[in-house]
Amino acid sequence: MSDVVEKTLTALPALFDSQTGAAKITNRLRQLIKSITELTSKHEEENLIKQELSAMKEQVSSPNTTMKQMREIMVRAMYCEMLGYDASFTYIHAIKLAQQGGVLEKREEENLIKQELSAMKEQVSSPNTTMKQMREIMVRAMYCEMLGYDASFTYIHAIKLAQQGGVLEKRVGTFTPHFHSSPYITSITHAQEIIRRKAVLALYKFYLIAPNQVQHIHAKFRKALCDKDPGVMTSSLHIYLQLIRESPDSYKDLTGSFVTILKQVVGGKLPLDFNYHSVPAPWLQIQLLRILSLLGKEDQSTSELMYEVLDESLRRAEMNHNITYAILYECVKAVYTIHPKAELLEKAARCIGNFVLSPKINLKYLGLKALTYVVQHDAKLALQHQMTIIECLDHSDFTIKRETLELLFRITNAQNVTVIVEKMLDFLRSCNDEHTIIHLVGKVAELAEKFAPDNSWFIQTMNDVFSIGGDLLQQDVPNNFLRLLAEGSESKEEDDQLRLYAVDSYLTVLKGHTSHLPQCFLQVMSWVLGEYAHLQESVDQREVIRLLTQLLDQRSVSSETRVWILSALTKISEGQTDLILDLAESLSSSQDTVLRQQAQELRHLSQESQLHEWALPRGAPWDGIEVDSSLSFLDGFVSEALAAGAAPYKPPHQRQEELCEDRALNLEPYGFSLPVSLSSCSITDRQSPTLLSVSSGLSGNSTELSQKAGCLILEGVKRVWGKDGYLPQKKRSTPPVDEPSAAVQPPGQQEAAERIEPRPDPLTQNQDKQQLASSLFVGLGVGSAMSLLGKSEAPPPRFRKKPHPHESSSSSSSGTSERSSDSSSRSSRNTTNSFLYGSLLEKEPATSISAFDHTPKSTTANGLAQNKDTKEDRRANTSQILGGDMVIVRPSTIQDKHPPSVSSDLTALLPADLKDLPHSDVISLTSDPSLSLSSCRLFRDEALLLVIFISNCTETVIKDVAVQLTCEELKTVSLRGNVVDCLEARSTSVCHYALLMDDPHTNVSFTGTVSYQTQPGHTNTLPFSGTLSTADFIRPLVVTTEEYGKLWLSLSHDVKQNLKLLTDAGDPLRTTLNSLKDALQLHVVDIIGSEGIVACRLLSGAPCLLHCRVNGTALAMWLRSPHPALPDCILYHCQRALAHH
Amino acid sequence: MQFMLLFSRQGKLRLQKWYVPLSDKEKKKITRELVQTVLARKPKMCSFLEWRDLKIVYKRYASLYFCCAIEDQDNELITLEIIHRYVELLDKYFGSVCELDIIFNFEKAYFILDEFLLGGEAQETSKKNVLKAIEQADLLQEVSTEVYYHHCKATAIGVHHRVFGLSL
Repeated sequence: MSDVVEKTLTALPALFDSQTGAAKITNRLRQLIKSITELTSKHEEENLIKQELSAMKEQVSSPNTTMKQMREIMVRAMYCEMLGYDASFTYIHAIKLAQQGGVLEKREEENLIKQELSAMKEQVSSPNTTMKQMREIMVRAMYCEMLGYDASFTYIHAIKLAQQGGVLEKRVGTFTPHFHSSPYITSITHAQEIIRRKAVLALYKFYLIAPNQVQHIHAKFRKALCDKDPGVMTSSLHIYLQLIRESPDSYKDLTGSFVTILKQVVGGKLPLDFNYHSVPAPWLQIQLLRILSLLGKEDQSTSELMYEVLDESLRRAEMNHNITYAILYECVKAVYTIHPKAELLEKAARCIGNFVLSPKINLKYLGLKALTYVVQHDAKLALQHQMTIIECLDHSDFTIKRETLELLFRITNAQNVTVIVEKMLDFLRSCNDEHTIIHLVGKVAELAEKFAPDNSWFIQTMNDVFSIGGDLLQQDVPNNFLRLLAEGSESKEEDDQLRLYAVDSYLTVLKGHTSHLPQCFLQVMSWVLGEYAHLQESVDQREVIRLLTQLLDQRSVSSETRVWILSALTKISEGQTDLILDLAESLSSSQDTVLRQQAQELRHLSQESQLHEWALPRGAPWDGIEVDSSLSFLDGFVSEALAAGAAPYKPPHQRQEELCEDRALNLEPYGFSLPVSLSSCSITDRQSPTLLSVSSGLSGNSTELSQKAGCLILEGVKRVWGKDGYLPQKKRSTPPVDEPSAAVQPPGQQEAAERIEPRPDPLTQNQDKQQLASSLFVGLGVGSAMSLLGKSEAPPPRFRKKPHPHESSSSSSSGTSERSSDSSSRSSRNTTNSFLYGSLLEKEPATSISAFDHTPKSTTANGLAQNKDTKEDRRANTSQILGGDMVIVRPSTIQDKHPPSVSSDLTALLPADLKDLPHSDVISLTSDPSLSLSSCRLFRDEALLLVIFISNCTETVIKDVAVQLTCEELKTVSLRGNVVDCLEARSTSVCHYALLMDDPHTNVSFTGTVSYQTQPGHTNTLPFSGTLSTADFIRPLVVTTEEYGKLWLSLSHDVKQNLKLLTDAGDPLRTTLNSLKDALQLHVVDIIGSEGIVACRLLSGAPCLLHCRVNGTALAMWLRSPHPALPDCILYHCQRALAHH
Repeated sequence: MQFMLLFSRQGKLRLQKWYVPLSDKEKKKITRELVQTVLARKPKMCSFLEWRDLKIVYKRYASLYFCCAIEDQDNELITLEIIHRYVELLDKYFGSVCELDIIFNFEKAYFILDEFLLGGEAQETSKKNVLKAIEQADLLQEVSTEVYYHHCKATAIGVHHRVFGLSL
């Protein structure tokens, strides 16, 4: 910070004699300023600036503009920007200029920028600056930064802004193509550690928001990890924690480093600045412990590396302070996460004891949390603390209680389930926090399904779940319950008993007060009664119908529930025509069209018993129902309608997209001429109905529902989506839930009474607790180790009944499990990605993958080529600050050995599988007396292969030849043969890099070094460099004219430009296109009259479509691509190709 | 960390810092709900609170409540220490800090918080370094205000008056 101040102070005198600044301002700018000062109104100013800007825009895009003019434009643009107008189009040119260097000496610019900077400085430190102003300042600062000035004082503010969200995404979006020049990345190497630290944290946020955008800088993360400032290293751990959480396997090689760092920290090797209440760098320790536990999970060899340091941490953290407890807690978690070691487990268990028994309530909470985590691995631990747990169960603090229940949930087994579920329900009745209710009710339902001792208990508990959870319940709780009832187990008798019991209990509930029951419960009841009421012979069906009809009359019943009730009535209506006809009559005038339709159906079905029998067979096996989810029976109808000229169905999202395109559509040359083919329509047709009916199957309604019109199905679906819309409202209107069953006594009251009572007899009270303990912890002891094992190792079937394969997946209702599955799916996606790259691009998947595993750099997701410098840097740096022994992972070598060849044609040396690929000429890269390097480009469909031939020009053997290639803009997906142990005399070795270009750049340059040893211990290095152009990465895109037309409409970024037309032949258009095709590997799709369409793509990625039209002596080229920068690049190369011609 | 709130015993919000993008409406709703929940808790209760899918860690210092929202897998105790360190920093800077300091010098309170926490993660835990950075920022602000007036007078181009006039 201090040198920023210094710089500012030295820059300040220049500002006082602003005469100099004014005198040197360029003529154009002076004119502009003059005319602006002469203006009288804001409106005039706006117009003038607009003109100015458009003139500038023209100039910058014209190829004839000289450097000097460009510079001048930049100054003017900056001036416009200062006045608050948007001149963002010049940024990119500014960067270009800045990269070319030299420009910056210009004093006027410097002065202007200094003024700009100091103005900014004032603004940012003024508390009155609004967010919007601040944002604008940041853009300006970034711009100055791009010009090479030090605007580092704004980083802090930029980051501040970034934290507040919003801007950040915008920034990432705006600057993605120029991300390399983003100040954050450059500032990673900034001299001041505070800036580096902030930059790393900012990158962490970038990573969280858009992981793909920072893939290419994973190497920089490593640099940050090895930074000599421990603060920067600490910041980089955030990124690593995230990376490792996603794919722990790729970072196993870092375990050694992390362990060493932790050892140093625990050993107190860090400067005192990092101490917090005399504990060395607790934040760092916790971060490291987390990383280690992720790395050591289910991996014995990695875990073994960390036993020692974990032991040390446990031992060191003795002091009685919150911060040490925080570290201990992480330690314990780590010990239980990694591959177990008995000695450590014992110590960790003792630590947990300290937590749980602590009088401090915060520690107690953490102890419970740790215990909850630990009992998954060792349920016996809970036994030691049973009395504490019982106490916590009655604790006055809600948080503690809830955590205790969480713990109990983990130790539930078939023997203690009733007690635990009762406790949970008690808690739920006194709880009024929505999230807690949703969370816990799901757990109760899960326990009930898993461990229910008998039918009546199960149904009773589920009744409680439904009435307490009400409409907050996650949809899959009732779904699972109904499926369980419907599908049943092997024994029909048992099933029927359960169903019978459910029917009985629901009839009892319905006979009582029903107005307070949640809709969800009513729906479940009506479904069960509809399906199974006939099982109960002692009850008159008319009674059931009467009860259900009664529900229909209630105001509080939602229309969706009415639909459920009506379909239940339809099922049991057989033979009760008189009642039903009355009902149908009264409903046929209902406002609700769905109800009216159902009433009609009801009437027809009750009149025709045969039809009823056929549509709703009683007691039909559940799995006999087939749903045609593709609605194929409608195909005939659809094709007829299409033939008659109806518009094809489009799913809503497609409609939306097209709506957006509509504005651009007017300009489309292809919009009207392309007939939409019928086949593709019917495919899109299918998508949405399938989705709908699948979810209708879930809602578990009867055959009739799935057969009849889609509106019923929609009804079932709507429920899920409408949830946040109106459910909270409903919740408020629901009066406090009464206990619907008499079987369970109201323990909430009892407990309250107990609490109020002075409790005169501590002995009996203690006895009560003992009793409770024995009932809670039954089945956890040594005697019943069987059930314990059953729980922790092989989870018992989720359902008491016959488990169906799909049930277990759908019944994970709790929030946590959802989250974990979420993250696992994310990580699996990640691995698939890297796997895809690995196997797709390398023809020898096995070897390439092994290369991925062993080469440290390739294991980072982007797989940049290993840069030895960085690695050595890292090694040196870390050991420098930490003085520890790092585990050095040497890249394993894969070599391609070739018999020495005398042939001068190097391409003959290519591996057999590459020989057939189209390739460029061999160019010499560099040479010295002993080695010569040449390269050749091979065009593979999905990648560019850069082949480097390393030839030994001497008569002696050259050892340890290693090629390092770096290119910031490109991605190396695989490399082979970059390390050769021994290169025979006069022989040539081949190494090749498969390169990908994600963001198009007109030209990219690569640099690299070859290191080799002619004598042992004497390493020579030979640098080389070269350029690749986008043209190397372009592949023809073979499409038909129709496909082209469709694709054209879907692309968003377009560029238009007039090009030179080659007029020397008879057919200028064809000649021009053919020469372009030869130069750039394009695919000429079609040529019609004076128009031609051409397609290409960037490797196997973004397509680019070119539309060419002869316009006098010029060729009007119109390019479109989903990628913003691609058309520009291709245009550039087209221009060049034509110019060369 | 997702956000940090400071509010008084009367439920008046004194400082807020959000590390996740949320709409103003949402922020207001969360604040209202949290202030209510936290104020309702008794002094002997534990400092952690499960709330929605987040965990709230709060601590009361005199009349002020410091309240942080963290994710489920985060460490509650270390968050408590973050709060404590922040209070220590405020205390050191203001010299036995009180609620009024934060009300009248709220921007300083924000500056300190920003030096200490970045993007919801602790970036500088050393008290000395944070305060050094703040002092330098203070100095810079003083110098630049002074310079600013000189600059306004000295500058010859009328247009500059206009540009800077906007920021006044």
